Amino acid sequence: MTRFIKPLRELLVLVLIGAALTASAEQEQRYFDNDALRDRYEQLIWELRCPKCQNQNIAGSNAPIAADMRDKTYELLHQGYSDAQIIDYMIERYSEFVTYKPRVTWGTVWLWLIPGAGLLTGALVVLWLARRSASQPAAPISAAERQRLNELLQRESDES
Amino acid sequence: MSRKWVLFLPLSLVLLLAGLFGYALLSGVDPSEMPSALEGETMPAFRLSTVQDSRDMLSADDLLGEPFLLNIWATWCPSCKWEHPYLNSLAQEGVRIIGVNYKDERELAQAWLNDYANPYEIDLFDPNGDLGFELGVTGAPETFFIDAQGVIRYRFQGPIDSALWHDELKAVYDSLH
Repeated sequence: MTRFIKPLRELLVLVLIGAALTASAEQEQRYFDNDALRDRYEQLIWELRCPKCQNQNIAGSNAPIAADMRDKTYELLHQGYSDAQIIDYMIERYSEFVTYKPRVTWGTVWLWLIPGAGLLTGALVVLWLARRSASQPAAPISAAERQRLNELLQRESDES
Repeated sequence: MSRKWVLFLPLSLVLLLAGLFGYALLSGVDPSEMPSALEGETMPAFRLSTVQDSRDMLSADDLLGEPFLLNIWATWCPSCKWEHPYLNSLAQEGVRIIGVNYKDERELAQAWLNDYANPYEIDLFDPNGDLGFELGVTGAPETFFIDAQGVIRYRFQGPIDSALWHDELKAVYDSLH
């Protein structure tokens, strides 16, 4: 058993070193005046969407434009821009596409209105169905039907 | 009882959406094509040197007076090389083109313009991509159609060729005048 453990341990060490190397390759060295600024930076690059690559944020993208946007975010943070101002700055240049949380405008207000309208329509349909079934009591059954029903009920109770 | 059609509302909504998605899929809508945030806006201010001369500093005012195409290019960009001959022939037809050499090296850009002829009335040198960032450029080549007052009227992503120019872009350029 022990003869397997040593190679396994060596393999594990290699894998860990590899992981550490790739992780550090993606991480840019940045220096922040304080931790609050660093947290806001991390948050912002996580929230901003890369305009070149579909469905990646600028934190996860290796596209040159994503690197430029990270640089700009870092620079603007140190110039005292608020988070909202930085996001607006990006939208002014790279359009609404760069944010995963669209601002409410005439173009985007439908994102909120359509689900609401869908729920409302569904509720109205359910209400209408309930109202209809309540207002129409079931038709009284005929004598023949009643007899058939009694027979069935009788058979049930006999069997049980 | 005649209001039973209400029950078919969900189904018709689903069919409507399916139609919409099917249309988007089959009509070749390009999801990577983005509207520019800057159409209708004045072109951003800048201060850049030219490719030829690092001491020759220009600003947005130096470009105005006549409508022009602002072409973003770089020597590292293969489709820019592909586009370049057509830009030369456009320039020969009298289309005013101003180049922005984007995130590139001055020597490489100079050599390129010497080797492949120069379609640009003015060559701006934007080594850090600052002007590119202000314009919302995501990569090269990109071409902005700008009127005499410096208002960006249209942005085109990708290389321009003869067919594109005659089918779509010439009309945009003519409308700038």
